Amino acid sequence: MGKATCFHCGDNCNNSVIQFQEKLFCCNGCKTVYEIFSENDLTCYYDFQNSPGAIPKEIEGKYDFLKQQSIIEKLIEFTDETIEIVTLSIPHIHCSSCIWVLENLHKLNSDIVASQVNFGKKTVRITYNKNISSLHEIVLLLSKIGYEPYISLENYSAGKNKLDRSIIYKLGIAGFAFGNVMFLSFPEYFQVNGFWIEQYKGLFRWLMFTFSLPVVFYAAQDYFVSAYKGLKSRLLNIDVPISLGIFVLFVRSTVDIVFDFGTGFFDSLTGLVFFLLLGKFFQQKTYSFLSFERDYKSYFPIAVTKITKEGTEKPTQIYEVKKGDRLLIRNEELIPVDSILINGNASIDYSFVTGESERVAKTLGDKLFAGGKQTSGTIEIEVLKTVQQSYLTQLWSNDVFNKDKENSFTTLTNAISKKFTITVLGIAFLATLYWVLVDSSKAMNVFTAVLIIACPCAIALSAPFTFGNLLRIFGKQKFYLKNATVIEQLSKIDTVIFDKTGTITSNKKSNPVYEGEALSTSEELLLKNTLRGSNHPLSRSLYDILDANNIIALNHYEEVLGKGISAAYKNENIVVGSANFVGYDDLETLNTTVHIKSNNAYKGKFTFYNSYRKGVSKLFNKLNKDYNLVILSGDNEGEKENLKKLLPSKTKLIFNQKPEDKLEYIKYHQSEGAHVLMVGDGLNDAGALAQSDVGIAISENINVFSPACDAILDASNFNQLYNYITASKSAIKIIKWSFVLSFLYNSIGLYFAVTGQLMPVIAAILMPLSSISVVVFTTILTNVLGRKLRRLENHKKK
Amino acid sequence: MSVIYVLLGVSIFVAIVFFVAFILAVKRGQYDDSYTPSVRMLFEDELVENTPDKSKLTIKNK
Repeated sequence: MGKATCFHCGDNCNNSVIQFQEKLFCCNGCKTVYEIFSENDLTCYYDFQNSPGAIPKEIEGKYDFLKQQSIIEKLIEFTDETIEIVTLSIPHIHCSSCIWVLENLHKLNSDIVASQVNFGKKTVRITYNKNISSLHEIVLLLSKIGYEPYISLENYSAGKNKLDRSIIYKLGIAGFAFGNVMFLSFPEYFQVNGFWIEQYKGLFRWLMFTFSLPVVFYAAQDYFVSAYKGLKSRLLNIDVPISLGIFVLFVRSTVDIVFDFGTGFFDSLTGLVFFLLLGKFFQQKTYSFLSFERDYKSYFPIAVTKITKEGTEKPTQIYEVKKGDRLLIRNEELIPVDSILINGNASIDYSFVTGESERVAKTLGDKLFAGGKQTSGTIEIEVLKTVQQSYLTQLWSNDVFNKDKENSFTTLTNAISKKFTITVLGIAFLATLYWVLVDSSKAMNVFTAVLIIACPCAIALSAPFTFGNLLRIFGKQKFYLKNATVIEQLSKIDTVIFDKTGTITSNKKSNPVYEGEALSTSEELLLKNTLRGSNHPLSRSLYDILDANNIIALNHYEEVLGKGISAAYKNENIVVGSANFVGYDDLETLNTTVHIKSNNAYKGKFTFYNSYRKGVSKLFNKLNKDYNLVILSGDNEGEKENLKKLLPSKTKLIFNQKPEDKLEYIKYHQSEGAHVLMVGDGLNDAGALAQSDVGIAISENINVFSPACDAILDASNFNQLYNYITASKSAIKIIKWSFVLSFLYNSIGLYFAVTGQLMPVIAAILMPLSSISVVVFTTILTNVLGRKLRRLENHKKK
Repeated sequence: MSVIYVLLGVSIFVAIVFFVAFILAVKRGQYDDSYTPSVRMLFEDELVENTPDKSKLTIKNK
């Protein structure tokens, strides 16, 4: 029976198998979804992919807030008299079956006019008849078939964000103009003194001029804006020489055709802008299904259920929740505010916040912090603080979240462009001076020629193509970077700081170790059967490691929530639970422990140690050579000895750190000149991730939400971190070499320019040639780098 | 020789037609999602096979 898997969701159906139409299902939920699909001729869903589904979750009352018009208005995209359009984010979208079934929603509900999936973004855009159906009904239908949409506070406050497609437009215009200008300039290149060209060259030249107008004034405007901004803040960034080049190219060419000096450099001009934009476009590798900008708003619900004074339930928008309000939190709902538990059994999962997956049981009167998820039944809470003032959310009022990391960093390209610009301007003036003395008619010609040929197109292209390529290579290895600047920052790191829980420990397994008097067979049997009845996570994991035994019917069983269980069978009794529940004085209570008392005598305890990720020790030893290593943990010192054994002795271990403490720690070290890489996972690391030079979030499941960061790394490739840093360093080397290459081209061009021999045709050949060879050079080298990385990865896995 | 005007006119006209087509395509979101359409086109057959059966109930939420 062990191998039976659910036809719908693919989970093991060990506990209970439900048979329906010769198919196996793990639970009633899955069976119901199958029934819905088979009744509506949608069983094709199972043909594209084996067991593509998800277990539908209990959602009773969860989406009642979608009946409120004020909330609906914030979520929908478009509305008129009859239809409404809404785009919902559905994390479960993962295969072609998902696309198929979600685009056939109209078969399940005839009020749905159309639905369209965006697989990359994991969203579905639904158009429905609002007079018959409603957003509430649509969401319930989706949840029923296992595609529960994710609606968070972020959707509420974000408003409608417009897609920025300007780069595609600009690229299109530049490409269009480049092609046409190229083709219009050919006749003059090949028939220099022909009679024919003499007659028509005016027409050709003014056509080229017309084509170059949108390129200079629209497609290239970002470069002018950036150069202006740079100059204003006294920075000679790479856009300064580029804008200068574009400007000189345009003015000189216009002057040339107006006074009939020559054909102008319109082909070089449009080509330059086209190649530059191409580089920009290539560098923008975005992972539309990931978000690097998350704050608490993406975790928090839009509305909660408030219990009014009259005792009725009323969905309330979360910003309207006030101190003293009573809220109803259902199973699987998030606690949005700091509060006190006043009714019900709370078992809170704080994994969003701390990365710790173990649930915490709370009793009446206990304080609950915002960000925890209730996991057992419904509770009632009284609000202590509003959303913005809660312990966790307060972190986001720190300035660090408003800082733009990308712009405060001087990139390698900009650093080189400073020297470059000064040198080029120097050469231009010297050459002009020389020609003023020798042959003043050529002076202006030489001056502009130097600025044109020295336009650092190839330099500006080296970094985008190297980084863009490396971004893709990293992406294939499940290391997703926010942008190209992160690679440069990563290469400069000298301190690496790790969070402990969820980062270097894995969430999945913790190994309980037994200390104390050995248990007899009958005691073990009793223990196993006692644990069977409990749903507490510690009981479950303890139950799993004990050898299978017969099932016996207990005579007595009592579970005290958050404390432990007592049970009896025939004349034996057993007490399992926390130290004071068992009645034992435990001095070292730092670790999670479960104590056992059998027949009124204390036996021993199971200690749950953290289980560390594979390769942690190796990774630390490698990093130890070149970097300062720190463990910055929010937990107590319980694991200190264990960590000391595992990690190199130089590693600093700091415990009991609050989220703000982590942030301040990093800030302090940065003020001392350190470049910090922070590796964390939970929301409590969010401040530290934002403050550090590079913040990497470790994620067990990329689709699950991670805090704002610069990069997201899949937990399975955690041990590759060292190789990624090394690869970033090599990328910088590649860029430096391609700078050398482009300087070579520049000096050839400068020779023609300085000697006053620069013909438009030479510029038109040299410019694309240098750009293309730099692109080819960086692409080949980064691919070699990528192959090396892949080899290392495969090697590790073996 | 004035045929050159006609030729230039035609070539630029054709180029502009394609250019406008490209701009319109971008505007209508054709480049926003470059993956889903590649999967969607493979579904055509299944849809024909499953012509909706009117006698079947469409479920509605209670």
